[in-house]
Amino acid sequence: MEKAIKRYLPIFVLPTLIAFTVGFIAPFIVGIYLSFCKFTTITDAKVIGFSNYAKVFQDDTFVHSLWYTTLFTIITMVLINFLAFVVALALTKKIRGSYLFRTIFFMPNLIGGIVLGYIWSLLLNGILAYWSKTLTYNATYGFWGMVILLLWQQIGYMMIIYIAGIQNIPGELIEAAKIDGATKWQQLRYVTLPMLRSSITVCTFLTLTNGFKMFDQNLALTNGEPSEKSELLAMNIYTTFYGRPGWEGVGQAKAVIFFLIVGAVALTQNYLSRRKEVQQ
Amino acid sequence: MKLAKKKGSVALTVLFAIISVFYVYPIALVVLNSFKKKTYISKMPFAFPNAKSFVGIDNYISGIQKTDLLRAAGVSLFVTVFSVAVIILCTSMCAWYITRVHNKFTASIYYLCLFSMIVPFQMVMFPLSKIANMLHLFNPLGLVFIYLGFGAGLAVFMFTGFVKSIPIAVEEAAMIDGCTPLQTFFHVVMPIMKPTCITVAILETMWVWNDYLLPSLTLDLKKYRTIPIAVQYLKGGYGSVDMGAMMGTLVLSIIPIIVFYAFCQKYIIEGVVAGAVKG
Repeated sequence: MEKAIKRYLPIFVLPTLIAFTVGFIAPFIVGIYLSFCKFTTITDAKVIGFSNYAKVFQDDTFVHSLWYTTLFTIITMVLINFLAFVVALALTKKIRGSYLFRTIFFMPNLIGGIVLGYIWSLLLNGILAYWSKTLTYNATYGFWGMVILLLWQQIGYMMIIYIAGIQNIPGELIEAAKIDGATKWQQLRYVTLPMLRSSITVCTFLTLTNGFKMFDQNLALTNGEPSEKSELLAMNIYTTFYGRPGWEGVGQAKAVIFFLIVGAVALTQNYLSRRKEVQQ
Repeated sequence: MKLAKKKGSVALTVLFAIISVFYVYPIALVVLNSFKKKTYISKMPFAFPNAKSFVGIDNYISGIQKTDLLRAAGVSLFVTVFSVAVIILCTSMCAWYITRVHNKFTASIYYLCLFSMIVPFQMVMFPLSKIANMLHLFNPLGLVFIYLGFGAGLAVFMFTGFVKSIPIAVEEAAMIDGCTPLQTFFHVVMPIMKPTCITVAILETMWVWNDYLLPSLTLDLKKYRTIPIAVQYLKGGYGSVDMGAMMGTLVLSIIPIIVFYAFCQKYIIEGVVAGAVKG
């Protein structure tokens, strides 16, 4: 059978492969090459070695946004997962309107980051106006504005995953724990949580990478203001490319570093949490 | 004991009802403000429209005119529908092939797809926009092609995961009965894969419909804009934002999503769960 299929390579694989090459493989390779070049478009690139990378770390806005993003990612990851888990626990109990609440909490996920950003800038700037401040008053306001926005957007998504996980736990396990005299807290700590390892893995992975890669919400809510202080990494790279003529090479070097960070974080997280998962 | 439990669950319902109100409030606020004159919006966003500030549907009309929103909606719809259809058709075929044919070539495609999933868009952003420009991919059809390329990673990964679980005997039986690989794929494999197709379709739709950065860098923005680009365009430049038009545009851009959600809610939530389990 394998032989018969093999001849059909052009029909089955080629369309995807060509698009994948144009859309991902080629830009990725060119991207790495360009990070060692000085250029304004691809065709005028001249190799200049590592000086783009040296400039990246002399750039205060990059170093600032690296810490800003790291802090942002950690805070949103912890808060989103904690709140989503608590909500999921409550909504899997028999309470009235459980489905309606799930539907409402999930809804913000379907709205794109740009639209979400402008919705929240109306609300948050409206509230801050009572103290005659705005979201762009300083980077801390923008930071918490983005945290609130991302919580509102993603708690519902993670909640859905946790709910599915909780519903998959065999009822006998909880029953057995009850008969053995486990308290509610012990049931949660020693049965529910260990059985949810794979949901926790997925949700921490998603919240980590979403936090690190966030762009649209940042653009719409604060646009990096005041003076690039509320820029997350993705946006810092964007403004380096399109806001500072002559800095394209540095922008690309930043992008490579960004990729290495995201890759390292994703792989480490994956390794650490897979190790702890319960085998069923 | 039972009574206490019941009281507890009523309390939870009340609590969640209150939280739900807070959840819907930001959107309700935008709807409320969309009926107010623009000067009243940023000054008093929390006030209800009154005789002085009420402007009817003026904001909607100016929003549509300023952003050319109907055309943008058309572009968004075209790009989303075709991208998702093309992604599903092409990547499912590719995934089946690379799972059934074992050699170094197919294995490397699989690992490249896996790898592409952790690469952030910024890494390929600049080269991709230049390459797309060189290949004249700056129209909606070109964008569909780019989405197939950039979205292939996740889709191939998910389809491969599913194909691996299909017993090969069914396909062998079909081939022995004289089906060509194409017939086998479309008459035997595709029907079994329907749930995975729905999952991939949901995930890719949520991505493509809302995506801002990729189309804003590759499309010829003088001719084509998607909805997120149209919204961002209102803000663009240095002038002050027309808050009235902004509110109208925001509401109009949310409506299709709410309608879509109302009809496909079950599939969307199941799709997200299935996607998370595999991913």
